[in-house]
Amino acid sequence: MTARDALGFAGRALRGHRLRSGLSLLGVAIGVAAVVLLTALGEGALRYVTKQFSEIGAEVLIVVPGKTETTGMMPGVAGVPNDLTLADAEAVARRIQGVRRIAPIAMGTETVAYGERRRQVAIVGSTREFFALRRLEVSRGSLLPAADMNRGAALALIGSTVARELFPAQDPLGRVIRVAGLRARVIGVLEPRGTHMGMDLNEVVVLPVATAMRLFNRRSLFRLMVELERYEDLAPKKVEIIALLTERHDEEDVTVLTQDSILESLSSIVRVLTLALAAIAAVSLGVAGTGIMNVMLVSVAERTSEVGLMRAVGVARRQVLAIFLVEAALLSAVGGVLGLVLGWLGTRVLVALYPAMPASPPLWAVVASLVLATTVGVVFGLWPARQASRLDPVRALAPRS
Amino acid sequence: MIRLEDVSRSYAIGGGSIAALASVTEHVRTGEYVAIMGPSGSGKSTLLNVIGCLDRPTTGRYWLDGREVGGLSEDELTLVRRHTIGFIFQFFHLVPRLSALENVELPMVFADVARGERRSRAADALAAVGLADRVTHRPDQLSGGERQRVAIARATIMRPQLLLADEPTGNLDSVSGAQVLEMLDRLHAGGLTLLVVTHDPQVARRAQRTLVMADGHVVRRLTSEQMRGAAPSWGTAASS
Repeated sequence: MTARDALGFAGRALRGHRLRSGLSLLGVAIGVAAVVLLTALGEGALRYVTKQFSEIGAEVLIVVPGKTETTGMMPGVAGVPNDLTLADAEAVARRIQGVRRIAPIAMGTETVAYGERRRQVAIVGSTREFFALRRLEVSRGSLLPAADMNRGAALALIGSTVARELFPAQDPLGRVIRVAGLRARVIGVLEPRGTHMGMDLNEVVVLPVATAMRLFNRRSLFRLMVELERYEDLAPKKVEIIALLTERHDEEDVTVLTQDSILESLSSIVRVLTLALAAIAAVSLGVAGTGIMNVMLVSVAERTSEVGLMRAVGVARRQVLAIFLVEAALLSAVGGVLGLVLGWLGTRVLVALYPAMPASPPLWAVVASLVLATTVGVVFGLWPARQASRLDPVRALAPRS
Repeated sequence: MIRLEDVSRSYAIGGGSIAALASVTEHVRTGEYVAIMGPSGSGKSTLLNVIGCLDRPTTGRYWLDGREVGGLSEDELTLVRRHTIGFIFQFFHLVPRLSALENVELPMVFADVARGERRSRAADALAAVGLADRVTHRPDQLSGGERQRVAIARATIMRPQLLLADEPTGNLDSVSGAQVLEMLDRLHAGGLTLLVVTHDPQVARRAQRTLVMADGHVVRRLTSEQMRGAAPSWGTAASS
């Protein structure tokens, strides 16, 4: 029996029961589509995160108050570390060689108002360097002046959404806004950027860092971003910065993160989540397999006399086994291909709905889901096929009441 | 062609066993036309199944074409059925989703006969049974007589030496039955050894010899002349 004969024979048998075969096939298709769609989602999330980080630059060190080993949690989440101050930032800028730019960051949320219009927004306190570090540009006006970071001028840059909502019919440049109790003059409007690293940059107000710390009544910075001149210096400079701050604080109470390490952690989490989701989806393939087994058992029962006839005309047991196995494999393979198409369509819909999420199924998931689907068909079809091949031809040919 | 020596076949049922065949010793020559008659449960079909290598004797020895088949493996028996034996059944046993041509092709598909040759041989076989214009019809589009003629074409497509027919006219009207019997006569005339299980003495009268069975035994052996003189029922023949 050639492969063409086997496939033709199996196809005819399956077409003989279109509804039954179709429903069974649909079960496999849903399982494969789920694997494809969920892995596409995971892959999309990974690409999204990677893209976000790539916009900062690879040679950036992030100094965070607190120490992971001390609290057992992410820095800043638990424990009471020493302050990471502006003086620390100045010391790093002064004493660490090979630093291209440094941006101390203070963060908070306050109400911003102009006249009767007000809005709750994220406040970022930093320096002129911050804009270069985060690849931010202004659409109008100017950046913060390059000045001593301790100088708390009453200046502000506002995000594009803030500008539109506070100044719907006016040019915001030169106007004085109220940020909580502080009055600051708008010197620039940021270019529309959207969400980046968890912050909607269209809805921020950027103040000089000293001004922001005064506003928040805090001594400690939220972060210190240090951009080095050379990527190769990341490891040694990380050690130098820790040593310097340990000397200043009399204890090691900061954590220095590299973009790579953060990205690696996030990637690991996303990968584990993706695999977990794919595994859950694969379980549905197992369920689909029981559907195939059911269909094949019914098929064997219905075709008992056909099997008897085959055995009588000289069809070997292994050939009967092959006939039913090919049927099960064909059912699951066609279901798998249909699932790929459904998964691909689902991914297109996802991308259309969320353009920022570059979702696309990884090749391994496409291949694995198709192989898994076919394997499921063969494995779950094996028992019914063995039942068929072991039928006693005399009993199989006997008239059934 | 066929030599049975003290062949028995019993089936385990519940705690005991039932003897479907009991010490049958028989010899069928090559090219012979033999009818097997007897009441239901007398062992006719069991004898046919054993001769057709679909079933194995519980005891006794069986030679087919000079070869003892009792010791053959399952695969070897499959090859014997494929190349030496053709089967015709009362209920035709055609595959419903296949056309007449494809049904006739079926044994050749699994015997690795090339596609082109298969098609040509199956078409010739259908033409030989008068169904040249029915090759694309499915079984449900054929009459009973036509179905049995397709079955005859299928049974002979592998050019067997032995043709076994179990009640070949049992499910047919008299006209179709007569056509089928004429075809069997022609096949016999062509040199085929023919064994036909039947309840119908009219069918048995066409055979050269009739074995009458009861309770698993061959109780009478009648020549065609004796059959022609016998009453028109197997029961009378068996008891006469």
